[in-house]
Amino acid sequence: MTAAVSVQNATKTFGMFTALNDVSLDIEAGEFIVLLGPSGCGKTTLLSILGGFLSPTNGRISIGGREMTHVQPANRPTTTMFQDYALFPHMKLRDNVGFGLRMRGMAKAARDEKALGFLDLVGLRAAAEKKPHELSGGQRQRVALARALAVDPDVLLLDEPLGALDLKLRRQMQDELKAIQKRVGTTFVHVTHDQEEAMAIADRIVVMNQGRIEDIGAPADIYMRPRSLFSAGFMGEVNFIPGRVADVDPVSAQIETALGTMTLARSAFTAGAPFAGQAVTLCIRPEHFRRAGNGTAELVTLGSAQMTGQAFFGTHYRCHLRPQGAPDLSIIAHMPQSAHVSEGEAVTLAVHAGDVVVLPSATKDA
Amino acid sequence: MLRNVLISTASWVYATLIFGFIFLPVAVLVLFSFQDGRLPVPPFNGFSTQWYTAVFADRKLMAALLNSFVVALFSSLIACLLGFLAAYALARHKLPGSALQRGLLIAPMTVSYLIIALGLLTVLNAFGIPLSLSTVGIGHVVINLPLCFAIIYSSMGDHHVNIERAARDLGASDIKVMVLVTAPMLMPSILAAFFLSVTFSWDEFIIAFLLSRFDVTLPVEIWSLLRSGLNPKTNAIGSLVFQVSVAVLMLLEFTLFRKTGKS
Repeated sequence: MTAAVSVQNATKTFGMFTALNDVSLDIEAGEFIVLLGPSGCGKTTLLSILGGFLSPTNGRISIGGREMTHVQPANRPTTTMFQDYALFPHMKLRDNVGFGLRMRGMAKAARDEKALGFLDLVGLRAAAEKKPHELSGGQRQRVALARALAVDPDVLLLDEPLGALDLKLRRQMQDELKAIQKRVGTTFVHVTHDQEEAMAIADRIVVMNQGRIEDIGAPADIYMRPRSLFSAGFMGEVNFIPGRVADVDPVSAQIETALGTMTLARSAFTAGAPFAGQAVTLCIRPEHFRRAGNGTAELVTLGSAQMTGQAFFGTHYRCHLRPQGAPDLSIIAHMPQSAHVSEGEAVTLAVHAGDVVVLPSATKDA
Repeated sequence: MLRNVLISTASWVYATLIFGFIFLPVAVLVLFSFQDGRLPVPPFNGFSTQWYTAVFADRKLMAALLNSFVVALFSSLIACLLGFLAAYALARHKLPGSALQRGLLIAPMTVSYLIIALGLLTVLNAFGIPLSLSTVGIGHVVINLPLCFAIIYSSMGDHHVNIERAARDLGASDIKVMVLVTAPMLMPSILAAFFLSVTFSWDEFIIAFLLSRFDVTLPVEIWSLLRSGLNPKTNAIGSLVFQVSVAVLMLLEFTLFRKTGKS
């Protein structure tokens, strides 16, 4: 089963601290949503409010069109998969997975069969008679998933479920989670602070910071067209170049920066229309720098820069550059494996105009 | 080399002294329960099981043994149940003055058994409740409840909170969470509390003496035996009790603690 989730103006305060600040979010049935942000950004608070473990100070929650704001966790069509797995240590895996069905009054034979089916789904049918302490971390994770899915929730809430696994296992579990979500069709709401994990599994990512939603969108959207400086910086390495809007016309805008003046399409302004005199920040990902003079029409040059350091990363060289126009700026650019670069060398920085995103500079009080 | 030998010899001597200090009285007790003669004092006259025969033939002693068993069992069950409920409430819920309540629950540990017994005697008299094995049991619940509470409370870690939360999330009511999840998870410490409190109740004399009348527990019966002078019969009953305790301990070691030791 699956259901849509709607959060309207949810606020949660703990004493003086505002954990969640007027958050509204609509999740479609069957979507895989990832709440992404640093610790303390409110993502876990939002998940707890969806699960019913916390009541919002203000605002409303509805699941599948039904009002859920003050409904107990047991009576919600949600189940939660906890960060520390929270398996019942004294029960066999089969009884762990069948626990929710037992609470719903299902007879032993029927629930054992269903529990075995869900253990099969996560590849642990053969271990049904084992107890949790006999399993590895990744296996416990799968049992927790099977247990949460066994009661046919409309919405599955996942609280940093992969945080305790090592990198390789985490990548593998991400693929499995995504495949299982496709099979069962349940709405998944997944919390993480790992942006790579978010991009790997999400249909849509919700970037959160200081109790607010900074950005919502498909992984590629959030990465390529971030709508806030925080979102741009959190999703991966990015160069921020300060500038000022000099002139605006119906299709483009002229921006003055220390690296020169450039003309960018209106579509580069993802957070709202520019106006003349506006203080803005250009966001350029390191991999978007191109070699100047390759003959491609829409390249924008950013002047010459001096190489101050480089390191080989396998897929690319990661280079530090000091632009001539602004010696106090440090630019990070990725160069192809084939590039022969050496320290002290001067290169001309260039970038596709379509890859540049321009956002309003942070005001002092934000 | 010499130094190592010295150190190892010294540690063996030390270990022998320690274990001798602990177990010599027990060994002497058991040895003289087999005394062929009227006095359980050296010299050892020869091997005889006559005092064991006498113990099994002594109806009062056998009745006292049964009484002790019943009192220990029921008072420990009640102390564990109350201790568990109190620990659950204080560990899982925000209660007014929880530090004070914890203190009050543990406080009877610091009060002498004599004071507790005298206090209970006064209260029981005031309410006109006649002394019986039940009143001894009440006394033993009073002294064992703090112990059970302290042991169980200390094992209720925060890592159990999410497990209980998961149970509730899967549809379990509060009572089902307690019965199906919390209590089984804490079973090792609940059993530890139970057996410790059985031991204390089994051994306890002052409260059992002051709060009983016609039916008495084993320590009280042994005490009245001792009033008529030293007798190998007391050694025999003492050895029996000791052997039963050892047997129970072994049984626990090989069944219960072996299993839970791993997790």
